[in-house]
Amino acid sequence: MCTYMTEKIEVAGSGKGAAGWFTLTDATVYLDHPVHAPAEHTLNIDFLNPANGPSARVAVELTAESARALARAIETTLASAPPGLV
Amino acid sequence: MSDALIAETITITGHEGHEIEAYLARPLGRESFGGVVVIHHMPGYDGGTKEIARRFAAHGYAALMPNLYHRDAPGASPDDAAATARAKGGVPDERLVGDVAGAAAHLRALDGSNGKVGVIGYCSGGRQSFLAACSMQLDAAVDCYGAFVVGNPPEGMPLKVGPIAHLAPSLSCPLLGLFGADDQYPSPEQVDELDKILTEAGKEHEFHSYKGAGHAFFSVDRPAYRVEAANDGWQKIWDFFGRHLASAGG
Repeated sequence: MCTYMTEKIEVAGSGKGAAGWFTLTDATVYLDHPVHAPAEHTLNIDFLNPANGPSARVAVELTAESARALARAIETTLASAPPGLV
Repeated sequence: MSDALIAETITITGHEGHEIEAYLARPLGRESFGGVVVIHHMPGYDGGTKEIARRFAAHGYAALMPNLYHRDAPGASPDDAAATARAKGGVPDERLVGDVAGAAAHLRALDGSNGKVGVIGYCSGGRQSFLAACSMQLDAAVDCYGAFVVGNPPEGMPLKVGPIAHLAPSLSCPLLGLFGADDQYPSPEQVDELDKILTEAGKEHEFHSYKGAGHAFFSVDRPAYRVEAANDGWQKIWDFFGRHLASAGG
């Protein structure tokens, strides 16, 4: 199924793509067919800078279980940061 | 019969006169041949679908696959282009029809064309194959597990397409439908409903649903690949296009 289900957010930071590091401005999170991962559907995240063209993209395709683990790890890491750092 | 072919990237005139990239694979050593517009799946104008185009050429058909994401991401790799296109909500129906019409016209104008052109699409392209066949004069159409010909996308899904079964009375050619019985989009119930709609509209069609197969069972590089379904499906395609597109003796 082609869901096109997408969450879009603005982000600030940097990512490393095929042509090296670049500034990130956007991220999309979606559940759909992967390009490479061996699964029928995956949770995909694209870190983007659309102003630099379609190739300014860092892509990951994760199983649902991996994606949830990643989300938990991010929250845990941020929550346990020393006061004043984040 | 020879399976020699030539394949190349070309430019064709698509919707609203825009020039878009396309992949053309055509047979060599044949006096005349039918044409097939190949509509790529949601992951894009990729290596796997180009391989499908070459397979048609090896079987004696000129196959032309327009890059439906060309306008969204000219020159980008297929996966980057697909990501850009999906972020925009997919290919608008009107643009799809214009691009397929341009591809069909290009095929008919090829030296050696017998004037017959069919269309085949996979995944989102399955729905688009049906859409194209209801929107222009073609000679045969194949819908491989296209979702949302029947039925609305689930609530809350920002999918910029809707059901198009109401177009069935405009279907211009015989339709072959190949589906996985384990697929949810389209579900077996939706496949049955489309079958019924086409029967009531008096449209020639044949549907096959494969047990043990789900969505994308033709994709050889994905876990969804089901060899028995895919092999039988290809046979159904050769038989169907052989009856409706092939030249006499070809």
